[in-house]
Amino acid sequence: MQARGGLRLEGLVKRFGDVLAVDGVHLELPPGQLISFLGPSGCGKTTMLRMIAGLERPTEGRVYLDGDDVTDRPPHLRDIGMVFQTLALFPHLSVAGNIGYGMRIRGVPKNETDGRVTELLDLVSLHGLGDRRISQLSGGQRQRVATARALALEPRLFLLDEPLSALDANLREQLQVELRLLQQKLGITTIMVTHDQREAMTMSDMVVVMNQGRVEQVGEPLEVYRRPDTPFVASFIGRTNILRGEVSDGVVRIAGRPFEVDRPLEPGPVAISVRPEDAHLQTTSTPETNALPGRVVFVRDLGELFECYVDCGVGEHVVVAGSPRERVSVVQGQPVSVSFPREACVVVEG
Amino acid sequence: MSEVRRPSAGTKAVLGFPLAMLGIFFLAPFGIMLATSFYHRIEGGFYEPAFELASWERLLQPVFIERTLFSIGICLLAGAVCIVVAFPFTFFLTRMRRRPHVTLLVLIMSALALSEVIVGFAWSVLLGRAAGISNILVWLGAMDEAAAYQPSFVAVLLGLCYIAFPYCILTLYPQLSRLDPELTEAAQTMGASPWRTFWTVVVPIGRPIIVAGFLLAFVFTLGSYLIPTFLGRPEHWTLSVFISDQATFNANVPFAAAMALFLTGLSLLVVGAVTLVESRTRR
Repeated sequence: MQARGGLRLEGLVKRFGDVLAVDGVHLELPPGQLISFLGPSGCGKTTMLRMIAGLERPTEGRVYLDGDDVTDRPPHLRDIGMVFQTLALFPHLSVAGNIGYGMRIRGVPKNETDGRVTELLDLVSLHGLGDRRISQLSGGQRQRVATARALALEPRLFLLDEPLSALDANLREQLQVELRLLQQKLGITTIMVTHDQREAMTMSDMVVVMNQGRVEQVGEPLEVYRRPDTPFVASFIGRTNILRGEVSDGVVRIAGRPFEVDRPLEPGPVAISVRPEDAHLQTTSTPETNALPGRVVFVRDLGELFECYVDCGVGEHVVVAGSPRERVSVVQGQPVSVSFPREACVVVEG
Repeated sequence: MSEVRRPSAGTKAVLGFPLAMLGIFFLAPFGIMLATSFYHRIEGGFYEPAFELASWERLLQPVFIERTLFSIGICLLAGAVCIVVAFPFTFFLTRMRRRPHVTLLVLIMSALALSEVIVGFAWSVLLGRAAGISNILVWLGAMDEAAAYQPSFVAVLLGLCYIAFPYCILTLYPQLSRLDPELTEAAQTMGASPWRTFWTVVVPIGRPIIVAGFLLAFVFTLGSYLIPTFLGRPEHWTLSVFISDQATFNANVPFAAAMALFLTGLSLLVVGAVTLVESRTRR
């Protein structure tokens, strides 16, 4: 299948009155992949998606789809399929009527439409439910109808606006996998908006982390998780410990103790991110480098996961997490030291 | 399990008051009117209790049958014109930005403050020769001399539409303002132009309220008697005009009562028929 659906965004800006929703976004998104726009609510990710769909006009900037400038093209001429947050299924039409809507609009002959609807119902495992009314469906079934409807015309771009947010947690995880498998099977360029980092990590080839209308980082999910560029990304994607210190004479000092990091740094303030599972708890004396002495504040032992909160005098409590096998027996108030291996110390500022 | 609770004394009082008002001010007069329609009319202005069908039989005269059909026809037409204009208007009103949206809504609703007399007079001036809109056209050079557009059928229709229009919007507004904008956006992402979206999504979803607004305009205009007298010739008068004519000028109260009941019955019949057709044809 020919790769189509390559998207380029050039200097996209969107203002609503005085509010700057999207603040100059440049992005080049490859075809055939699933890309997530991830960020907290109000970060501009939905506005970006709506500008790509043509439902919102950019204040500045251009949108290119497969090299064509589509900025001024209305949504019905953009060749896209979209699943809305409310799903937006038509209550006056049956399941088959909803899925076949786009084909009816295009004037596709009825028997052809019927065949395609049956095919799509099978694709989303809703075989034989074509005659049902929307009000007779469960939440998961409605989600599947919305997906089938958006894919009916084999669009160049498949857009998902928080597609699973209305579902309960178990069903959501199941449908994340289903949607991802479907996307891989069809090889369709897909952009998904979500505020759920687990969802983004589960489904995406590429994650675009956004904050306050700007792109903070673009990359593969694990890459973004392991090597966050900014303190925001580090704390938004998973949990992390941010350690702040100073660089002088080429040495990083945090709470007065020397740290070795993965790259040389200019003198000045520095922030380092260390994931809880990368930090280690020790009851022996504190090593010379990459370690902080502290006192155990709280222990959370969930059986499958062991967490220890340590007050190291660096602002927030340092969290150390590990599997139960690595459990170190400590009690509240016990003096300990936490070590941060050099390869786990990611510089996020400085 | 669930058990129907007996209404408390307070509930009874709260429900009792409107029920009593309904009985005193609606059912009782209605009953009196029903009785009056069978009373005997005395030439010269009075009537006495009796049971005779004279007033009802008079309704079968060709002139009244013709008036009845005309009344129903013009009011159905007024209802249709109202809904055809009001539905797209209200839809686009709810899609406007807040400030113009509220301003327009308030302006339209303020038309409700005008009495039918004022509306009738205003339109008769506007459509008249002396100071009417045709003078503007003459001034602009589009016409040679001023013309009178009333009394005429179109003037009556226009007046009826004018008084029913705000009520039509009031019926449509709550539902249309709650219509999820993502529904129309979804249609657009599937290739429907705004025009097709309106016809294939907004109109079918709005069908029940379209019918409700239409019926409201129909019933409301059926009761208007000032507009047809101000803006129409006798051949444009509706049954309501004849009722007030019989009651006030001819002092034939039994006949007026019979006509009024007949009109009420007919409008209920039309409402019932339209509702039935609507529910039968809904998928």
